[in-house]
Amino acid sequence: MKLNAPNLDVDALIRDRSITIIVCTGAGGVGKTTTAAALALRAAEQGRDVCVLTIDPAKRLAQAMGLSVLDNTPRLVAGVCGPAGTGSLHAMMLDMKRTFDEVVEGNADPERAQAILDNPFYQALSSSFAGTQEYMAMEKLGQLRATASAEGSWDLIVVDTPPSRSALDFLDAPERLGSFLDGRFIRILTAPARGAGRGIGKLAAFSFGVFTNVLNKILGSQVLGDVGSFVAAIDTTFGGFRERADATYKLLQDSGTSFIVIAAPERDALREAAFFVERLKTDAMPLAGLVLNRVQGGGEIDLSAEQATASAERLEKMGEDERLTAALLRLHANRQSIHSRQLHLAERFTAAHPGVAATIVPALAQDVHDLAGLREIGDLLAKKPDPPTRSR
Amino acid sequence: MVSGKGGTGKTTVAAALALTLAHQGRRTLLMEVEDRQGIAQLFDTAPLPYEERKIAVAPGGGEVWALALNAQEALLDYLDTFYNLRRAGSVLRRMGAIDFATTIAPGLRDVLLTGKACEVVRRIDKRAPNAYSAIVLDAPPTGRISRFLNVNSEVSGLAKVGPIRNHADLVMGVISSPRTAVHLVTLLEEMPVQETIDGVSDLRSANLPVGGIFVNMTRPPMLTSEQLREARSGTLPALAIERSLAEAGLTFDNQVVTALMHDAIDHAVRVDLEARETTRITELGLPTFMLPLISEGIDLGGLYQLANLLRECGVR
Repeated sequence: MKLNAPNLDVDALIRDRSITIIVCTGAGGVGKTTTAAALALRAAEQGRDVCVLTIDPAKRLAQAMGLSVLDNTPRLVAGVCGPAGTGSLHAMMLDMKRTFDEVVEGNADPERAQAILDNPFYQALSSSFAGTQEYMAMEKLGQLRATASAEGSWDLIVVDTPPSRSALDFLDAPERLGSFLDGRFIRILTAPARGAGRGIGKLAAFSFGVFTNVLNKILGSQVLGDVGSFVAAIDTTFGGFRERADATYKLLQDSGTSFIVIAAPERDALREAAFFVERLKTDAMPLAGLVLNRVQGGGEIDLSAEQATASAERLEKMGEDERLTAALLRLHANRQSIHSRQLHLAERFTAAHPGVAATIVPALAQDVHDLAGLREIGDLLAKKPDPPTRSR
Repeated sequence: MVSGKGGTGKTTVAAALALTLAHQGRRTLLMEVEDRQGIAQLFDTAPLPYEERKIAVAPGGGEVWALALNAQEALLDYLDTFYNLRRAGSVLRRMGAIDFATTIAPGLRDVLLTGKACEVVRRIDKRAPNAYSAIVLDAPPTGRISRFLNVNSEVSGLAKVGPIRNHADLVMGVISSPRTAVHLVTLLEEMPVQETIDGVSDLRSANLPVGGIFVNMTRPPMLTSEQLREARSGTLPALAIERSLAEAGLTFDNQVVTALMHDAIDHAVRVDLEARETTRITELGLPTFMLPLISEGIDLGGLYQLANLLRECGVR
């Protein structure tokens, strides 16, 4: 299988010691978590000390890495080591509420921290705010990175991204949460007397008054009060949320970070991947390349779908004895045409983004259940493209 | 309501369902809630506004309309309906107030979205001229569906009394009634099937009405059970295959025979896995609909094809 794109050399990437963060991203359902885990395992077995941060792994994949508890702490994966005893793999699952709580506890004195943790608005925000998961994934990445530089516990962090409706959410959500909490409206809301008197026009002040009344009415009066006391409390304890988000964002622009965009060979997933690639470029974030995941096998032999179908038709007319071969040819034609269509879709992507390196991972018949399965994916990720098919 | 794991094609199934239900002059509404513009992409039209638009004609004269819901617009809509606040809307929007209110609590967001769907449903009771005979909602994925629909418990932490509480009760009344069904889309693969099974149990424990299972992108076995058995046991007759290929006029080398036999083994593994996954789905005891893989990819023609199949399966 070969794409009209430069080859994404996964082994070169994971061996490059200047790369300390690899972010795996892509649309939902394309195999981000599995790819992240396979990359992390491969890097560890090549001698890196790796920590993989997964967001929401399937139960069996989590078990494969020995993750039975969600305790928000990296755990050593048993049975993984590289050449001559070097290399190790830690794995963890993100607990977004726990991470948020830790941010609060780490930045406020115990009394104030408790007040924040008890605030009903904080509780809603930390457990279900759209974007908190993305924000906390970034926060955790920042923490892991800090631990890594302080203790030297690992030299490569592989991050899986949350199953958002859009891959871009991972980049946008922290900023959105940050600007929400630092936003003008929330400022006005938490200091109504000052805000209403100054800075905003009369109509705005009037609308604002009506609106807060309505919000109080529809949400119940305690909600805005909770928001106000939450914002006041976090403000005095640890500066602007936006600054924190900005700091992590900068980390993603660092040359030690590398993004891998994962896509299935389908229109929607490839469109997401294209958006993401363009966005990384705009924001000067380093892209390693595209993993085209779960591609139907094909192209191993020089027998086109059309040729196979024509031969099958001929054999079917010849009678009973030729049925098996005819069926095999039809099967081959079917595989081949799905394979070609998928590559064709992928080539639309590579044509639009010619510089982007890519690698193809063929679809496996079964899901990954153990480290052996992850190793197999790792091998496929790192496989060099086939030489051009030998002509007859 | 159509939900499913990411990548299973729930938007496609929702669209095919809307087409199916629009037969014989009926009018259906296809809605999406996630700001993805998936409907517009599927029907190959310009991005949809927050406005009901005719998007396709069904065989037999029916019509499919579409609406891309958006929490901010839904809030303005709500404020306008209940508080006459639309004119202040643009000012509030500039101040970030609308954004604030819809992000302040996902519960509010969800109740605004499901609330809009329920408003459309209730037009039927009011015999309104703009009523639809069926509403198909392309809902959030399985992992979030119970929370999305269970607006009551979402809002309960937020508002104990007041208009939004009453609104939530009204919405919940429609969602949990027999006129609603939550369909789940899956593929015959381990993870999507597991997520479907978990989704069904989540929905059931939240007392939400589970509809049917739509198994998407199925590929029928291309070998007979005898041929599959031979492939599994590695007893495919290589020499006979070689002879047949020559018979068919194919010049070939051993590689071709080996590759064809290898394809057959792969196929047998997949057929077995799909049989296991089919059993797991059957054990749910829910109406199940099989939809084939449209190998050319889904366009409008593919949607009509799926809609016809659903009609043949008795969806109406």
